Amino acid sequence: MIPRLFCLLLAWLLPAGLAMALAIGQPLEFASEAQQRQYDTLVRELRCTVCQSETIHESNAELAADMRRRVHAMTLAGHDADAIVAFMVQRYGDYVRYRPPLQVNTWLLWASPFLLMLGGVLVWWRIVVGRRSMAERPGFTAQERAMLDRLRQADELRRS
Amino acid sequence: MTLRMLIALAATAALLGLLFMGLGINARDLPSPLVGKPAPPFVLESLEDASVTLTEQDFIGEVALVNVWATWCSTCRAEKPLLMELARGGIPIHAFNYRDERETALRYLSVSDNPYRTIAYDPVGDAGIDWGVYATPETYVLDAEGVIRYKRIGPLTRQLLLDEVLPLIERLRAEAQRASEARRGAPT
Repeated sequence: MIPRLFCLLLAWLLPAGLAMALAIGQPLEFASEAQQRQYDTLVRELRCTVCQSETIHESNAELAADMRRRVHAMTLAGHDADAIVAFMVQRYGDYVRYRPPLQVNTWLLWASPFLLMLGGVLVWWRIVVGRRSMAERPGFTAQERAMLDRLRQADELRRS
Repeated sequence: MTLRMLIALAATAALLGLLFMGLGINARDLPSPLVGKPAPPFVLESLEDASVTLTEQDFIGEVALVNVWATWCSTCRAEKPLLMELARGGIPIHAFNYRDERETALRYLSVSDNPYRTIAYDPVGDAGIDWGVYATPETYVLDAEGVIRYKRIGPLTRQLLLDEVLPLIERLRAEAQRASEARRGAPT
């Protein structure tokens, strides 16, 4: 049972690995380590616009391969990371960036964690204040206490 | 109490609204940043004749469509009768043959209609990146000056042509006409 399962898993994974290797292609050459680093960073920061939820590093789509090739070529040609990102944004829009820039149409996106936190703090504060005011609420008056005692006694009498 | 309920109601409404908006948005419908910009330059071989070099200048001069297609793209095939109608109606259509094989593409055109004036052969998608192509078919409308005025990702439909593309072409043609008249009218 287990060996069969293992074989099945292998049969699944091997072609997948091969396909991945084919998609990624030969190792790329760079003139310097800095260029290599820039390429490695950029392919993880640019979105494949066809598959949308993958970076061009992960994606097997042909467009992602094109974009990787272009990033490589531009890196070799000496363009810096900002220039390459700007190039892609010019063609595919801000959507191509995995880290959206802070600008007019994205401020809500950036602000939302802080707004949510603010909301949480407000709720927490209200609860704490509410609890405190509850603690400060005066207890029963002597009259109420006497009434409660009477009720309790009546109850006990009925039970016995 | 009522205030608290109101706040909760508002928060829920806001969240639901956001989710509802998310439903309405088509994630594939990305606005093209190229609309309003001049046609990106390219240098490619002509599909029909490898010795002929085409550039963006071959697409520019009058109001025209630029269609990105490939033989492996079945939607492109489905879209072509509409393009034929446009071509017969006198609208110039240029094209990128995108990530295709020349022989296959030529054979395909030889056995079916060819609505295209000029076809630039882009086997590795080089011009594709410059034009922001990410799925075939795609169609651009260029004005007479070569500025991209419209981009459609996905197939053209009759409704789309009637509602958006043809009125736009008409407007751009009128614009071009006025511009050329102004040039002619101006003392030289």
